[in-house]
Amino acid sequence: MSLFVKKGDWIQIENVVLPAGKRAPQVPEDTQRCDLKMWVKGEALSDAKEGEPVKIKTTAGRITEGYPTAVNPGYIHDYGEFQPELLRIERQLKEILFGGES
Amino acid sequence: MAKDMSYEAVNARKNDIMRDAMGLDYEDFEYEGIGFDYQRMMEETGYSMEEMQKIQADNGVGNTPLLEMRNLTALARKYAPEGKGARIFIKDEACNASGSFKARRAAIAVYHAKRLGYKGVISATSGNYGAAVAAQAAMNGLKCIVVQECYDNEKRGQPEILEKQRICEAYGAEVIQLTVGPELFTTFLGLLEDTGYFNASLYTPFGIAGVETLGYELVMQCRERFGREPDMVVCTNAGGGNLTGTARGIQKAGAKNVEIVGASIDLKGLHMASDRDFNRKSCTTGHTGFAIPFITWPDRSDCPRNAARTLRYMDRYVTVKQGEVFYITQALAILEGYERGPAGNTSLTAAFALAQEMDKDQFIIVQETEYTGAGKHTMPQLTFAKQNGIKVSFGNPDEEIPGETLVFPEEPSMIRAREYDLAKAKRSYIHNCVKNYGMVNASEEDVRYIMEEIRETREFVTGELGKYGVKVV
Repeated sequence: MSLFVKKGDWIQIENVVLPAGKRAPQVPEDTQRCDLKMWVKGEALSDAKEGEPVKIKTTAGRITEGYPTAVNPGYIHDYGEFQPELLRIERQLKEILFGGES
Repeated sequence: MAKDMSYEAVNARKNDIMRDAMGLDYEDFEYEGIGFDYQRMMEETGYSMEEMQKIQADNGVGNTPLLEMRNLTALARKYAPEGKGARIFIKDEACNASGSFKARRAAIAVYHAKRLGYKGVISATSGNYGAAVAAQAAMNGLKCIVVQECYDNEKRGQPEILEKQRICEAYGAEVIQLTVGPELFTTFLGLLEDTGYFNASLYTPFGIAGVETLGYELVMQCRERFGREPDMVVCTNAGGGNLTGTARGIQKAGAKNVEIVGASIDLKGLHMASDRDFNRKSCTTGHTGFAIPFITWPDRSDCPRNAARTLRYMDRYVTVKQGEVFYITQALAILEGYERGPAGNTSLTAAFALAQEMDKDQFIIVQETEYTGAGKHTMPQLTFAKQNGIKVSFGNPDEEIPGETLVFPEEPSMIRAREYDLAKAKRSYIHNCVKNYGMVNASEEDVRYIMEEIRETREFVTGELGKYGVKVV
C-alpha cells in the first residue's frame, strides 16, 4: 500500500542514523548487522510519496527530514490477550488466605 | 561548514556539549587522580531539603501515601518461621504527577533548567522518567524531547516502552524512537548541541537529590504514625538513582539504623545491546542488565560524573526472577486492591521474601510503585513474551532462563530474594577503575576515594589493586 503525504499532514518519518557496518565497536554481532534506525513525528512541510524524503516540523519545532512511514501514526499497544496463568494465581492466593470462600 | 555528526566526532565533543547543556562544570570537583569530590558536588549543586519539598509540592510531586500491605504480610507470615514476618509497607509513588517516583527527579531537573534560562529539556530514557520530564516540562512551559530505545530491527517494540512513548506525547513531548544500540547516546548529544536544551539526565546531582525527599518523607511518616523508624527499605535498582537518593534522604532524616537493600530482576545472559535479546526480556527496567554495570561502574551514564553511586549506600543487594515479579504484581492487585507495576514491583517481590527473615514487629518498606496502563501491565507483557517464543510455566523460579522461559512460582513460598555478593561487585568496581583509567600507580588520594566509593577498608582496596600490579605511591 503506497503512502501519500499532503503538506500539513501529521506524519512519522524514518531515517538511518548509522548503517550496518558503521555501528559502535562495542555493539554485539547481531546488532552490527542492523542499521540504527530512528523515527520522529511532525507536520509535513510539503507533499510527498512513499520512498521520497520529506521535511517535517516536530513538536519541539525542529525541522528534520526523512522517509514517511505513516500518516496520523497511532498507538497499537493494548492489554494483550487474557492470560489464564494470572487467573490461576488469583485463585491460589484467595484459597491460601481466605480458604476459597471468596 | 556543517558539523561532523559521525559517532566518533560527536563523542569527541562530548565534554563541551555536556557543560553547555547542564550549566555545570564537573571539572570543578575533580581530584588530581581518578576521583572527584562527590559530597561537595552534591552539596554545592543541589537544593536544600526544604527547597526541594517546595518545588515538588508546587508541581504535583511528593507526600505520597505510605500504605500497609496487611494481606501480603499475612501471606508472607504463612511461610515465615514462628515470630517472623515483618510488616510490609509500600510508598505509593504512583500518586505523583506522571505516575512514578521519577517525578521527584524530573521536578528538580526541570525547575533547575528553567531557572538557568533553558528553553527546553532533553532526556534519554525508555522508562517512566520520560513521562516525568514531559509532565514537568508541560507544567513549567518548557519544550521537551525524549529519546527512546524503542524497537528491534523489525520495528517491534516492548508494550511497556510503547506506552511510555504514548504518555510522553500525551504530555506534549517530542519523542525520538530508535532501534537497539548504545549509539542512542550520540543522537542524544547531537540533539543537545542542535537545540541548546538542558540535559535532564537521570544522573545529575539535582536529579538524584530530588529522590532524597522520598527517603526523608518515609522516615517522617513512620515516626509520625508509628513512633518508630523503618528497619529495612527496599529499592528497585537499575541505574542506581532510586537507591542513592532514597538512602541520602533517610540519612538526612537522621535515621541511622535502616538497612538499605537494592533489588533487581535477574536477566543474566541477555545482552542489553543485542537486537535479538531486546524483545526477549519481559521486564524492561529494574533489572540486572542495567544494575550490575551501573553498580560496578557508575560513570557510564549520560553525564561526566554520575550522582547515583549505589556502593556508597547499599547494605545488601538481592535479585528476584521475572516470574516472581509478575506473581507479586498479581498478588498486589488481588490481595491489596492496588494495580501497579509490573517492573516497579521488583522491590515488593524482594520484600515479600525478606520480611520472612525479619521479626514480626519490624517494618520493611518498599519505597515505590508505578502507574499501570495499556502495555504497562502483566497481560500485554506476557502476551508479548509468548509471541517472542518465551515459554511460560509454573514451577521453580530458580529454573527460569531469561530470554527463554518465564517461571511463575508454583506457590508463594518459592519466592526468594537471592543474595548477590557485594564483595564481588566491589572487586569488579576496582577492576573497572584500573581498566578505565589505565592505572599503574595509585595515590593515597585515589585509595581514599575508592574506600569511600565502596565503603571498604584500606586493606581490601590496596589488596585488590595489588592483584593488577597497581602500586600505592
